[in-house]
Amino acid sequence: MSVLEVKNISKRFGETEVLKDVGFSLEKGEVIAIIGSSGSGKTTLLRCLNFLETPDGGQIYVNGEILFDASNHKLLTEKDIRKIRLHFGLVFQSFNLFPQYTALSNVKLAGELLAKERSDYKENHKTILKEIDENASGLMLQVGLTDKMHLYPHQLSGGQQQRVAIARALALSPDVLCFDEPTSALDPELTGEVLKVIRALTEKNTTMVIVTHEMQFARDVADKVVFMDDGFVVEAGTPEEVFGHPKQERTIRFLERYSNL
Amino acid sequence: MFQTVLISLNEGFLKTLEIFGLTLLGAFPLGLIIAFGSTSQFRPLKYLVKFIVWVVRGTPLMLQLLIIYYGPGLLLGSNWWGNGSSGRFTAALAAFIINYACYFSEIYRGGIEGVPKGQSEAGQVLGMTSSQIFFRITLLQVIKRIVPPMGNEIITLVKDTSLARVIAVYEIIWSGQMFIKSSGVIWPLFFTGVYYLIFSGVLTLLLGRLEKKLEFFRV
Repeated sequence: MSVLEVKNISKRFGETEVLKDVGFSLEKGEVIAIIGSSGSGKTTLLRCLNFLETPDGGQIYVNGEILFDASNHKLLTEKDIRKIRLHFGLVFQSFNLFPQYTALSNVKLAGELLAKERSDYKENHKTILKEIDENASGLMLQVGLTDKMHLYPHQLSGGQQQRVAIARALALSPDVLCFDEPTSALDPELTGEVLKVIRALTEKNTTMVIVTHEMQFARDVADKVVFMDDGFVVEAGTPEEVFGHPKQERTIRFLERYSNL
Repeated sequence: MFQTVLISLNEGFLKTLEIFGLTLLGAFPLGLIIAFGSTSQFRPLKYLVKFIVWVVRGTPLMLQLLIIYYGPGLLLGSNWWGNGSSGRFTAALAAFIINYACYFSEIYRGGIEGVPKGQSEAGQVLGMTSSQIFFRITLLQVIKRIVPPMGNEIITLVKDTSLARVIAVYEIIWSGQMFIKSSGVIWPLFFTGVYYLIFSGVLTLLLGRLEKKLEFFRV
């Protein structure tokens, strides 16, 4: 059974159709890389998965259960949407760490707020908060920032900030972790450390959707590659198929442009 | 003589402080409400609020004081503000609060709009509610952004309080000026300047300390 199944997602902003009938599915532990030029709809697709945008059409299934159906989404309350969102994590291109919290507190904040909604919070809050703290410290170790976890975002480099953002997204143990061009805002010498962290996640069987311009990276870590253009999925397959033997004219042209860079 | 002057100036300064404190107390929340109005999705409300802010910021506070004090009585024929000095004081406060709330609203608006959209989006994808996002993420960033411009307005208010005298609210300059008429001396008037300098000096120090406190993070 697929962890994530996206069916016929469409989205329009005013007159512009940004996503047209986009679909893909993902098994547990799989990594899917979404490639394509700017404006092809990749980012909008991720934002739809995280409900920062509401799709105009289509369905989203997680673990075989229907999470979202465009035909009756008006019935969803803010509470429902919050619950749905917790199935997904999102790492932004621009990190979006909360500047007034230390790295560690950035990772802990959402978990602490959610814990307050638990019915046993009053009795067990010490144990619960301790668990959250230990989990967050463990994640900081995982992204290699234990020695920096008490620093504020502005005291960290871009690469370090993005690693904190990854830890923050992992803290709520989402079923699917999404990355929106995680290295695009970084200096070239800092992309390596972030890619290394993402690569390490693939070994932990983390299910991921990665929108990226790092073609070599996509080829290395992805189980599936989707090439999008103009809101369509033009071509999808294994990295070998899409990168090695692209069938569509548009895919070939896109990849050529990249290899010429 | 010095003693008499001091007592009289202190009395006037107390009135100045009252105007100052009560204006802030009223204008801080009212400004926020106006800011929500001028950023409203409901167009008619938005334009109405923007129009009011334009009028209030585009005309002298002196004029507003006069119109607010005399206007209701002359137009409606009723004794709107009550009799004597308490009536004049209430009218002055109303004018100050409305005027400053409009200035504050623009500062709030700038502060709120200055927080990048990614901040609330990051909160949303982490399952936070809108109120959690406002209080735990946005608010402190807004405060940090608005402290310097707010500080300027607050220091300006210290001095603007003296305008209340046009509707005969006996604040400190009024007290000082009395001695020109009664005793033919000007030094009490100079002395009022010292009160202003000390008061705005203390405020500058406090505001500086607040800015320093918020320096632990950057936006």
